[in-house]
Amino acid sequence: MKKRIFAVVLALVLLLVALMLAQALLIPSRYDNREGHLLCGYEQATDAHDVIFVGDCEIYEGIVPAVLYEQYGITSYVRGSSQQTVWQSYYILEDTLKKEPDVKVVVFNVLALKYGETPREEISRMTLEDMPWSLSKLNAIRASMTKDESLASYFMPILRYHDRWSSLTAEDVKRTFAKHEDITHQGYLMQTNIVPVDPTDNRKPDALIDSALPARSMEYLEKMCALCEQYGAELVLVKAPTNSVKYYWYDEWDAQIVSYAKEKNLTYYNFVGMDEGLGLDWSRDTYDAGLHLNVYGAEKWTRYIGDLLVTNHGVQDRRGDAALDALWQERIDRYTQEKQQGEQTK
Amino acid sequence: MNFASIEFLCFLLVLVAAYYLAPKRAQWVVLLAGSVVFYAFAGVTSCLFLLAVIVISYVSVRLIGKRQSACAAWLSEHKELPKEERKAYKNKSKKGNLVIVCVGIGVLIAALVYAKFVSGYFGIRVSGAGISFGAYALEIMGISYYTFIAVGYMLDVYREKAPVQKNFAKHALFVGFFPQLVMGPISKYSDVGEQYFVPHALEGKNLYTGAVRVAWGFFKKLVVADAIAPAVGAIVAQQRSGVYFLLLCLFYSIRIYGDFTGGIDIVLGSAEMLGIRLPENFNRPFSSKSTAEYWRRWHITMGAWFTNYIFYPLSVTKSMQKLSKWSRAHLGTAIGKRLPVYITTIVTWLATGLWHGIAWNFVVWAMLNCLVLLVSQELEPLYTKFRTKFPRLHASAPYQTFMAVRTFCLMALIRVFDCYMNVPLTFQKFFSVFTTPNWGSLFDGSVTSLGVSAASFCVIGVGILFMFGVSRLGKDRPLREKLWERPWLGSFALAALVFLVLVFGTYGLGYDASAFIYGGTFN
Repeated sequence: MKKRIFAVVLALVLLLVALMLAQALLIPSRYDNREGHLLCGYEQATDAHDVIFVGDCEIYEGIVPAVLYEQYGITSYVRGSSQQTVWQSYYILEDTLKKEPDVKVVVFNVLALKYGETPREEISRMTLEDMPWSLSKLNAIRASMTKDESLASYFMPILRYHDRWSSLTAEDVKRTFAKHEDITHQGYLMQTNIVPVDPTDNRKPDALIDSALPARSMEYLEKMCALCEQYGAELVLVKAPTNSVKYYWYDEWDAQIVSYAKEKNLTYYNFVGMDEGLGLDWSRDTYDAGLHLNVYGAEKWTRYIGDLLVTNHGVQDRRGDAALDALWQERIDRYTQEKQQGEQTK
Repeated sequence: MNFASIEFLCFLLVLVAAYYLAPKRAQWVVLLAGSVVFYAFAGVTSCLFLLAVIVISYVSVRLIGKRQSACAAWLSEHKELPKEERKAYKNKSKKGNLVIVCVGIGVLIAALVYAKFVSGYFGIRVSGAGISFGAYALEIMGISYYTFIAVGYMLDVYREKAPVQKNFAKHALFVGFFPQLVMGPISKYSDVGEQYFVPHALEGKNLYTGAVRVAWGFFKKLVVADAIAPAVGAIVAQQRSGVYFLLLCLFYSIRIYGDFTGGIDIVLGSAEMLGIRLPENFNRPFSSKSTAEYWRRWHITMGAWFTNYIFYPLSVTKSMQKLSKWSRAHLGTAIGKRLPVYITTIVTWLATGLWHGIAWNFVVWAMLNCLVLLVSQELEPLYTKFRTKFPRLHASAPYQTFMAVRTFCLMALIRVFDCYMNVPLTFQKFFSVFTTPNWGSLFDGSVTSLGVSAASFCVIGVGILFMFGVSRLGKDRPLREKLWERPWLGSFALAALVFLVLVFGTYGLGYDASAFIYGGTFN
C-alpha cells in the first residue's frame, strides 16, 4: 500500500512539473509583441504616485510620466493596456489603490466606454494575464470572459495555449528561460515612428446606431467614481486627442459624458479637435495616421495635461527630494535614450 | 454538460467524494441527486421529457406489477379450479398487462418521435462549420437512450424477467443514471438495477481503473476524434470527390470510433469510479472478421436491445408463425423458412435506422447493413466450404487481417451516409471514386488544406497506433486492470495519459498567433 501511495504521489509531482514546464513553453511570449506586457512593470515600482492614468492605447501611448516629472515634478504611472475595457480599468484601479491608497488624482480616458462587452478575447487575455493574482483580478476575469472561455484556463493557461505545440520553435525555448525587461516608461509605450494623417482622406465616420453609451460600461464608470471617492482621489475624465474616423468620438457620446461629469461634479476634458491649443501637428505627431499619438504628440499632450493637473487639480511638485529626483532622473535618462535611439533608426 | 469538459470532471470529482463520504444506505440518493444536477444543465425541456418518461414507465410497471401480484394471489387461492380456468384467468390478466405496456410504450415512442421531429435528427450533422454530433447538440438530451432503457424495463417487467421497482426515486435513478444519459449504454435492470442501490465501499482499484478509463476516453476523443473532425467536415463541406471520398470513409471511421468509444469509456469509467459496472458497448469492433461479428461488437447494447425487444418478439408473433407456415407451403422450404427471418431482420434494421434519425440516409444506412448481413448469411455455406477446404489459409494471420480490413472497409463505406445526410449525393460521391478518382490530389498538398496540419496528422497517427496497441494488449483482460497490479507503471501511465490529453487534445478556443497582435489590427 505504501509503495502504491508513494508511486501515485511521485507520478502526480512529475505530472505537475511536466505541466508547468510545458505551460511555460507554450504560453506565447508577448515580448516580441510590443503591446503584450504593458501592465506587469507596475509591480516592480516601489515609489508612490500622485497621479494614476487609466485606460487603453490612447492613454499608454499618449501620457509620458517622465515628462510630467521632468517639467512639473508630478509623480505618475500609466495603468493601461491594449483595448482595456472599463471593467478592466476599474479592477486594475482597485488593485492600484489598494497598493497606493494616497493617490491624489485618477485620470481615466473615456474611449473604452463605447464597449459594452469584451471586444476580443485574445487582447482581453493579454490584459488579464498581466495582472497579478488578487480578488480584483478574479473579478476582472469574470467580468471580461467571453462566451466560450473557461475560468480554469486563467488558472492553468496551458488549457488556452496547449495547441501551440505544433508551432513551437527553438526560439520559444530560449524565450521561456530568458529574463525580460519592462519596455514601458512607467506604463508609457513609446512610439517614435511618424505616419502622418492623409489630408486627402475624406472618409466619414460610420453612422452611430445607438447613441447611448452601453449601460454596462457606464455602470463601471459609476463604480470607478465610488472607488475614487472611497480613497479620496479625484477622478478626472479625459478623451485623448485623435484625428481618425476609425476611433471616432461621437458628439452624442461626448454629450453623455459632459452630462455625467456635471451630474457627478467631475472634471472632463475632451482633447479631440483641440489641436491648436495642444500644438499638435498631425503630419508629424502620430505614428498611425491620426489614430494614436507618437512620442512627439504624446509629449505635447502630456505637457498640456501637466499644466492642468498643477493649475486646476493642485497636484504637488515633488522635485527637490534627492532620492526621488535621482530615481526619476534614471527614468528620464532611459526615456531620452530610447527616444534618441528611435530617431536614429528612422 | 459535455462529457469532454473540465466542468464534467469537476462534477465527477465532487460526486465521487460525496458518494463515498455519504452513509452507505444513502449512496444511491447521492447518485440520484448527481443525475438531477447533471441533467439540469440540459435545460428545462430536456428535464421535463426525462421526468415524463420516468413517470410513465413507473406508472406502467407499477400497474403491471400490481396486476401480476393480484393474478398470482388469485391463482394460489384457486388451486382447486380446473387448469383451463386458471389458464384463462392468467391469459386475461396477461392481456390486460399487454394493453398497459403497449399504451405506456406507445406514449414513450410517440414522445421520442415527436422529439426527433421537433428537435432535429439524432446523430451526426455535418455543415460548413464542421461536424457535430446530434447527441451533444440535441435540445432533448439523450432521449433515445433513456426511452429505450425505460421501454426495455417495461417489457422485462411484463415478461416477468425483471422485478418491479416500487420506489419511485430508485426507479428514476435506474432510468436517469447520469453517465448513460448522453450516449448509452442502454442498460437492462437485470444487469445494473440493483448495483445502484447496494452499498459500495471505497476501493482504490475502482477509482484507479475508472480514472484510467475516463482519461483514455478523453484521449480517444480529444487527441484523435476531435483532431480529425475538421478534415471530415472540410471534405464534406468542400464537396471533394474521387479519392477524397475514400479518405472521408477512413477519417470518419476514425472520428466516430474515437468519439463514440471514447465517450463510452468516459461513461463506463465514471460509473466504475462509483463502483458500478455498466454493460460494455464496444468490444474491439474494428477487429471483426464479418459484418455479423462487427454488429456484435459495435454498439453492443443497442444491438442487444433491438434483438431482444424487436427481433425475437416479432419472430414469435402469431402472424409471423402463420406467414412461416404459409410460405413453406406455397413457396417451398428454402424460401419458406427464410421469408419470416428476412422480414423480421428488415423490420429490425429499419427500426434501428429510424432510431438513429428520422431521415432517408439512416434508412438507407440500415437497409445496406441489413442487405450485407443477409447476403453474408446466404453465402455462409460457401464460406464454410472454403474454411473446410483451406483451413490453414483461413486460420493464417494475413487472411484474418484481410477479413478484418474487408469488414472495416465495408462498414466505413456504409457509415459514410451519416456524413452527407443526403442519399443521392453520397452515391454520387461514391461513384466519383471510379469516374474521377484524381489520385494525384493526395500528393499535391491539398490534404493539408483540410483544416488539419501535417503535425496534427502525425499526432493522430500516433494516437491511432496507441489505440491499436492498447486494444491488443487488452485483448484478454483490460489493460487498466493489468496496470493496477503494477503500481509504478500504472501511476506513471495515468500521469502520462493526462499530460498527453492536456497538451495534444483538441479543445478550447485554439491558438492563432496573429489574433494576439494588437497594434495595427484593432477595430
